[in-house]
Amino acid sequence: MDWQGQNLAENLMQFMLLAFAVIAFGTGYLIASLNTMILIYAGGVVLTTLVTVPNWPFYNRHPLKWLDPSEVEKHPKPQPSPNVNSKKKPIKKKPIKK
Amino acid sequence: MHSFVYRANALLTFAVTILAFMCAMASLSDSFNSPTPSAQVQVLNINWFQKQPNGNDEISMTLNISADLQTLFTWNTKQVFVFLAAEYETPKNSLNQISLWDGIIPSKEHAKFLIHTSNKYRFIDQGSNLRGKEFNLTLHWHVMPKTGKMFADKIVLPGYRLPGEYR
Repeated sequence: MDWQGQNLAENLMQFMLLAFAVIAFGTGYLIASLNTMILIYAGGVVLTTLVTVPNWPFYNRHPLKWLDPSEVEKHPKPQPSPNVNSKKKPIKKKPIKK
Repeated sequence: MHSFVYRANALLTFAVTILAFMCAMASLSDSFNSPTPSAQVQVLNINWFQKQPNGNDEISMTLNISADLQTLFTWNTKQVFVFLAAEYETPKNSLNQISLWDGIIPSKEHAKFLIHTSNKYRFIDQGSNLRGKEFNLTLHWHVMPKTGKMFADKIVLPGYRLPGEYR
């Protein structure tokens, strides 16, 4: 799942749950049945789970564009030279031995 | 970070939070209901009235209880517990309550009823104060909701009098 897919999944999850809650409460209140409210909402939660939890293909429409490996080779990451470290460490250790 | 389990957890948490809010709203909707219950009780007969060997008065009576409690039921009502109590004053206690009959009403269809019964629980005074005693019959009820707040109320039916002599 790419970045925009994550955003979409999060928004879709919140919107769908709220919408099902409103539908369930309204229907339950109108036909005076708390059981109906719970059943509609439970169905909504299951549907929302199926839509937003698995990594469906439509969440991967905006893949990240990484740089080519050739670009990395042209601009190498500066590495600290190992010689500097090896010289400094013995100097620090000497006072401890005495 | 944004894995399958992460999304499932977020969804479950949000879903349960909304469910709690919906239940609170359902309980709140009960307070918009203004019930208009009614009740009548007739004392048809005093079956017997005697003083027990230990000095307490006991009485048995036949009652006709009719009530219409249909307006107590809303979409959030599971059942209604209802009981009829005799209430009277004695020199020792300012309020004596004795439950004579009770019942559980499971649905709105059963909330309008007429019951012909002798007292289900024994009507015994703590002492010998019942001769000629004036008393109220009070119909109490407790509304048990499917979710949320419980309600309780009563109808007081005054003006009953027990016989002056044992029989």
